[in-house]
This record gives sequence, structure tokens and C-alpha cells, in this order.
Amino acid sequence: MDRFVFLTVDGLSRGAVYAAFALALVLIWRAARVVNFAQGAMAVAAAYVAYTVSTTTGSYWLGFVVAIVAGLLLGALVDRVVMRHVDHASPLNPVIVALGLVLLIQAVLGMVYGNEFRPAEAPFSRSALTVGGVAVLSPYDLFVFATIGVVVSGLAWLFARTPVGLRMRAAAFAPEVSRLLGVNVGGMLTLGWALASGVGALAAMLVMPTELGLHPHAMDLVFVSAFTAAVVGGLDSPPGAVVGGLVVGLLLSYVSGYAGSDLTPLAVLVLLLAVLLVRPGGLFAPVAARRV
Amino acid sequence: MSAPDLLVVRGLVAGYGAAPVLQAIDLTVPAGTIAAVVGANGAGKTTLLRALSGMIRPAAGQVLLAGDELRGTPVEQLVRRGLAHVPEGRGVISELTVDENLRLGGLWRRDRADAGRALDEVYQLFEPLARRRRHLGHQLSGGERQMLALGRALVGRPRLLLLDEPSLGLAPRVVARTMALLRQLRDSTGLTVLLVEQNVRSALAVADQGVVMSLGRVVIAAPAVQLRDDVDLRHAYLGF
Amino acid sequence: MSATRAALPPKRRPVEADDRPVDRRFHSTLLRHLAVVLAAGLLLVAVSYAIEPFRNFQLATVAAYLCATAGLTVLTGLNGQLSLGHGALMATGAYTVALCQNAFADRGMSGGWLLPLSLGAAIVSTVAVGAVVGVAAARLRGPYLAGVTLAVAIVVPALAVTFDGVFNGEQGLSVPVEPPPLSLGPYFPYERWQLWLTGAATLLALLLLANLIRSRYGRSFRAVRDDEVAARLAGIHVARTQVLAFVVSAATAGLGGALLAVLAQSVSPGAFSLTLSLFLLMAVVIGGLGRLTGALWGAVLLVALPDLTHSVTELFTLSPAVAQRLEGNLPLAIFGLTLIVVMIAAPGGIQGLLSRLGRRLRARRS
Ligand SMILES: Nc1ncnc2c1ncn2[C@@H]1O[C@H](COP(=O)(O)OP(=O)(O)OP(=O)(O)O)[C@@H](O)[C@H]1O
Ligand SMILES: [Mg+2]
Repeated sequence: MDRFVFLTVDGLSRGAVYAAFALALVLIWRAARVVNFAQGAMAVAAAYVAYTVSTTTGSYWLGFVVAIVAGLLLGALVDRVVMRHVDHASPLNPVIVALGLVLLIQAVLGMVYGNEFRPAEAPFSRSALTVGGVAVLSPYDLFVFATIGVVVSGLAWLFARTPVGLRMRAAAFAPEVSRLLGVNVGGMLTLGWALASGVGALAAMLVMPTELGLHPHAMDLVFVSAFTAAVVGGLDSPPGAVVGGLVVGLLLSYVSGYAGSDLTPLAVLVLLLAVLLVRPGGLFAPVAARRV
Repeated sequence: MSAPDLLVVRGLVAGYGAAPVLQAIDLTVPAGTIAAVVGANGAGKTTLLRALSGMIRPAAGQVLLAGDELRGTPVEQLVRRGLAHVPEGRGVISELTVDENLRLGGLWRRDRADAGRALDEVYQLFEPLARRRRHLGHQLSGGERQMLALGRALVGRPRLLLLDEPSLGLAPRVVARTMALLRQLRDSTGLTVLLVEQNVRSALAVADQGVVMSLGRVVIAAPAVQLRDDVDLRHAYLGF
Repeated sequence: MSATRAALPPKRRPVEADDRPVDRRFHSTLLRHLAVVLAAGLLLVAVSYAIEPFRNFQLATVAAYLCATAGLTVLTGLNGQLSLGHGALMATGAYTVALCQNAFADRGMSGGWLLPLSLGAAIVSTVAVGAVVGVAAARLRGPYLAGVTLAVAIVVPALAVTFDGVFNGEQGLSVPVEPPPLSLGPYFPYERWQLWLTGAATLLALLLLANLIRSRYGRSFRAVRDDEVAARLAGIHVARTQVLAFVVSAATAGLGGALLAVLAQSVSPGAFSLTLSLFLLMAVVIGGLGRLTGALWGAVLLVALPDLTHSVTELFTLSPAVAQRLEGNLPLAIFGLTLIVVMIAAPGGIQGLLSRLGRRLRARRS
């Protein structure tokens, strides 16, 4: 039972990160109909920038902020310099370009930082606090929950309650009409990329201390898990991405705790295939609301 | 009728690929009047509106709004110049609520207070919309969508309203009400309307000017009364 | 020929009617392909004597990659299915060959027929894996297919660690390969023998692929790629065609991986990472999707580019650490950048290339 509680909390903490990362994927998918396969690599790049800042200044928090800013900028840059110029007539094209970005970014990181693991420090203790003799959650878990909670509710507020959010949604759903109504559709798209990439960078910062450390490929498996989370929730549904992230996090935690951590990659693959073959629209696909 | 011309189009050429659809369109719409553009399917009416609002880029010609060249202005800037375009099929955004659709029409405006007033006015003008604020676009009936599209354009307080087949798929009574509303807006606010219609009778009934298009050209531009009453003209160009 | 015809749905009568000239053409294309392959084989033998052993080895590596890129060309270029998982399929073939060769060696077996047997086993096991992925892939489109195959590419090599009792974890397995037969003489260079082996296997695979592309199956592949609905209306079983394309492509990828393992005489998961899968895709896209000659350019690029960057970095005096970083990563960066530029600069991207190619093929046919 103790173990179950521990694994559940650990799974939720891990799942919160997947949720944020999946949310970033959904943001871009909704805005641009592109699954950003480069998101993992972009997030790692931001984390490396934070690493440089933190090691030179000695401040974790400065690095943390810089990572998010770097993520935002990188997202805008990728949209403006690359994705904007890709012909989206075939859905293969943006996917292949994103993969080209993966190669390029990982190679550049390898050249600058080398292909060995760098330690990623956690700002809070990762040893679990015990409540009534049961190890429940660590201060770091609390930090993760709080951060992701702020980000998710912040995004929800942005999209549902602010003029910019309304513009972004309109631009995503109906670019032509939005343009006629004075919405700068290109700008909204860039903003969407920036936000998604910023959230991705944040997720990378949160997950890195719980993994082996910083490495050009450090987010590969996280990306697959988050993609699975997004698919579980339905690529079009932000709440679905959050729930999907928690589901995947829990699943991986249980598999890792009860069957061995080596099996988690396989579990992700099986879950992904199962969901896609049984419910391709995702478990939480919203009732069809297609454009006329 | 010596109102200054709000819209002047000279030698406008536009199309989608190599061969232009519009061949040198000339058109003048005085301020505070309604011009009805009629013509067979495929005559180029929609293309004309799209070229005016910059959704397709004209190959040649001039588009002057109150004397200022519109060509080259990015589409999203046109609302700021006082132009509203309700596209064919109305362009209600299904995934947004009625309220969000309407607010979108005024988001670009600096004067937030007046944007709020305009929103209230539209809700007063279209009662059914007020009752369905929280409904999503795809939950509306055809008539409600039309109100929404028109209302959304009005929230921006345009000088020139481009309307593409507002009567499409609507009951005759609703069409008549829409036309009456256009006339009322013209008289009360001085709105200028370029109205594309298949429903020639009701369009000419409300319009000041009738413009007949055929194969990408304007074949007649005459006072609507004349088109309505001249049997020969009607037979030759409008088929009724 | 009659056997393949019997397997086809009977409702394709109208096509059947003009099949007689196609039939004759089939024989002439078969002969032409045979002639090309024989000529290429002879050229390869001649070249293998003319160049130094290391170049022989490199050429053999090109041949092994060519197997995989050719298969991916058929899948992505001709059938329109994107796979990021071909590195994993190569790993399947490579590990199978390693396990077979080790099993033979442990039992003290020897003989020239053992390696072909192992290669055959590699193909069979990859076909099995490819069929599983292919059945799933046939139901998926666009980013979903890409995501699943990406997961395959990342997860499958990790299995070597999960089941390290069999696959020996990150360490990997060695692949015992017998020396060249004594009949070739006592001083026959091993690298030349490697080139002959891989060259023969690859040419055989290419011959089969080229004929497949020219056959009605190839036409079905393209029809499904161009327009699924139209293909279905024309009586083509879309899902079955897609699975077939995946299986064929998996078989060649498995063979390619097996040949790589034989060349390196070892396998480890690091050699079959996601990067390899992306590399293959790059090679196919940059080489020119949809053409086997494009696959050849891609394979050449895969071997030549790292070699080239190696020579370039040697021009500068760099600290060993920096040189190592550059050497490992510069080819990747160049590949990634080239890919992005190609996709943006080629008007219409893949689709443009595909349709241009499709138009040309149609024009040639009519
Ligand atoms: N997106 C497009 N691409 C290419 N050609 C187009 C496009 N839209 C319209 N056309 C062509 O342009 C010509 C004029 O079309 P347009 O839509 O302007 O006609 P219309 O007068 O609005 O007809 P309707 O009354 O049926 O709406 C037609 O021949 C049409 O085929
Ligand atoms: Mg029209």
C-alpha cells in the first residue's frame, strides 16, 4: 500500500510534466496543424542555455527564467525562419522539416556541449517527506505540481478570457475570416509557437533533474511519452492533453515500480498503439464540432 | 444624389491562376448608398469582393476608398480603414460562441468603450443573438448565422460593408427583413453597402444602384429603379 | 506470372484486357533489370580490385545502407507512408543475424551456406516485426503514423537493454563471420570479400524491388499514394497494399541491418538509434523520393558525408576533444540543415516531387 501511494504520487508528478509537454504539442497542432516533432530537441536546447547560465552565475533561478525565455524565442524563431516557409499541402512536409530540425539542434548541442550527460540540479530536495510513516511526496514534487498548475491555469485563462487568447483561437480555427476581422493571423501563429516552445522548455527544466541529466537526446523518450499523452487525450483537446499526461505518468510509474523500469519504453509504445488502434480520436475526443 | 464617392474601382483585374477572372472592372459606389451586384453563377461577383478586400491580390487596377488606394494594404489592416467583408457562406466561426464571434468583430478597435457600445447595439438589433450568447457557432440556425455574421461586421462600425449573398438559403421573410435592415442602416448611419446577390428582385428593391456582371465584366451599372422598371434591360440581362 | 495474376481480384477485367502488351513489357523490363544488375555486379567486382581495402569496406557499407534506403523509398516515395522506424527494423535484422551466427558458432557449425541462412532468418524476423507495425500503420495517417514509427525507433533499440540476457545490453553482441573461402586464394583481402557479399545481396534485393515497382503491385502502391479513394474505387485493397509495402520495405531494411552487422562484425543498440532512422529518411528525401537511383545517392551520402567532414576537420588543428565533437555531430548538422533547405526550396516539397514524378510516369505509360 505504501508503495502504491508512493508510485501514484511519483506518477502524478511525472504525469504533470508530460501533461505540460503534451499541452505544448496540442497548442501547435491546433494553431498550425503541425505535430512539432522538434519540440523535445528545442526544449533540450533551452535547458542547455539554462545550464550555461546557472553554472556561470551559480543561480538556478536565473537559469530557470532564461530557459523559458530561450524557449519562447526559439519557438518564434522556428516559426518565422523555418515553418512559415514550408508548404503544408502535404502533412508529410512539416513533419520531415521538424525532423530535420531535430537532427540540426541535437547536432549543434553535441558540438557545443559534447555528447555526455551533464548533471541537472534540482532546486528542492527530491527525497520524499513522510506523512504518518508513509513516504508521500518530495518538496521537488510539490514544486512541479505548483509550477505546472500555474502554467496550465494560466494558459486556460489566456485562451478563455483574454482578447489575445480569443484572437489566437480564431486565427487557428478560421484564418481567412480572422484576417478579415483584423486579426494578425501570422503574428498569432508565431505567438502560439513561442508559447508552446516556452511551455516545452519549462517541462524540460522540470523533468531533467528526475532523469539521467542533460544530454542532446534527453527528451527523446519524454517526447514519445508526451506524444502518447496528447494522443490519449485527443490531439485537439487541451484538457485531454492534461488528463492524458497524468494517465501516461501513472501508467509509467506503476509499470516501472511493479515490473521494472526497463519496461517503461515498451509500455509507452503499447499504450500508444492500443489507443490509436482502438480510439484514434483519443479517449476524450470532444463531440465533433467541425467548421462549416 | 451628389454624395462623394466612397468606393471607386478602376480597371481592376484579378483571378486565381494564369487567366484572370475579372477583366478590367470599373465601379463607383457613392457614400451612403447601396449598390447591388448581380449576375449569373460564376460571373465573378465573389471574386470581385475578394479582390476588393485583398483576399486575392489584384493584378492591375485601382481600388480607392474615400480617395485612398486600398491595394497593397494587408487584409488584416482593412478593418482599420473602415471596410468590412462578410464572405460567401458567412464565415461564422463554429468553434467560438456567439459572444466571442461578435467581440472578435470589435477587437481591433482602440476605442474600447465604443466597441462595447457597438456590441450592445448589435445585441439590441438582433434579439435572437442576445438569447444565444453562449451558444457555439455551429449550434445556430442559418438565419441566426446570418445575423451573427452581419452583426459581427457592424460591431466594427464600418464605412463600407461588402456582403456576399446574405440571402443564401434563407426564407423569403428573413430575406426581406435583412434587406429592410440594410436600408435602415444606410438611412440612420450612412452605411455604404456593396451587396452581391442572386436574389435579384429583393436586391434591386433595396439598392440605389444595380450592377450587372457577366463573365468577369460589368455590363451595366445603372440606377436600380431603371433596372427594375426597364423591361428590355431586365429581359436582356437578368432574365425576368 | 500466372500465379500473381490468380491472386488478384477478378473485377480488374478492363485492366486485364490490355495486359498482353504489359506482359511482354514485363519480360523486357525483367531482362533489362537483369542486364543492369549483372553489369553493376561486374563493375563492382572490377572496382573492388581497383581500390584499396578501406574503400572496399566503405562501398560495402554503401551497399548495406542502399538496401534500407531503397526499401524506404518504396514505402515513402511510392506508397506515401512515412516511417521513422526503419532504424529499428534494421536493428531487428542485425540482432537476428548476430543471434543466428552466434548460435551456429557455439555449435561449432561452419560452411558457406550458414551466412545466407542467417540473412534469410534476419529478413524473416524483420518481416514479422514489419507486418505488425505495418498493420497498425495502414490504419494511421500523417502525424499519427510518424508518431508511432518514431516511438518504434526510440523504443525498440532500448529493448536490447530491457532484455539484456539475450541482447547483452548497451554492450551488444559480436557477429562471428567466416573468412573468405580458400578457393579465392590465401591472400584475398577480407574487405573485398565483404564488398562482394554485401554487393551481391544488395543487387539481388534491388532487382526484386525494381521488378516489384514495375509490376501491378507497384502500380497499386502509387495509386494508393496518389488518391486512396480513387484507388479503392479502382478495386485496390488499400489496407492490404499498404501492409504489403510496409512488409517489403521492412524486409529490405532488415537485410540492410543484417549486412551492416556482418560488416561491423558486431551489433549494439547505439548503432541503431533514432538518429539512424532520421538519417535514412533524410537520405531518401535528399536523394530524391520515389526513385531507386535517389536511394543510391542517399546511401552514398550516408557514408560519404561523415568521411568528408572527417577530412575537413583534419584540415584544422583542433584539440582531440573538439575534433571528436565535431566529427560526430557535423554530418548530423549538415544533414538536418540540408533536409530543411531541400524541403523548403523544392516547390511543393515532397508532394510536388511525388506528383511531378507521378505525372511523368503516367505520361510515359500512356
Ligand atoms: N479559388 C478559386 N480558384 C480558381 N478559380 C476560382 C476560384 N474561385 C472561383 N473561381 C472561378 O472564378 C470564376 C468566378 O467565380 P466567382 O466565385 O467569383 O463567381 P460568382 O459570381 O460569385 O458565382 P456564384 O454566384 O455562383 O457565387 C468562376 O469561373 C470560378 O470557377
Ligand atoms: Mg459567389
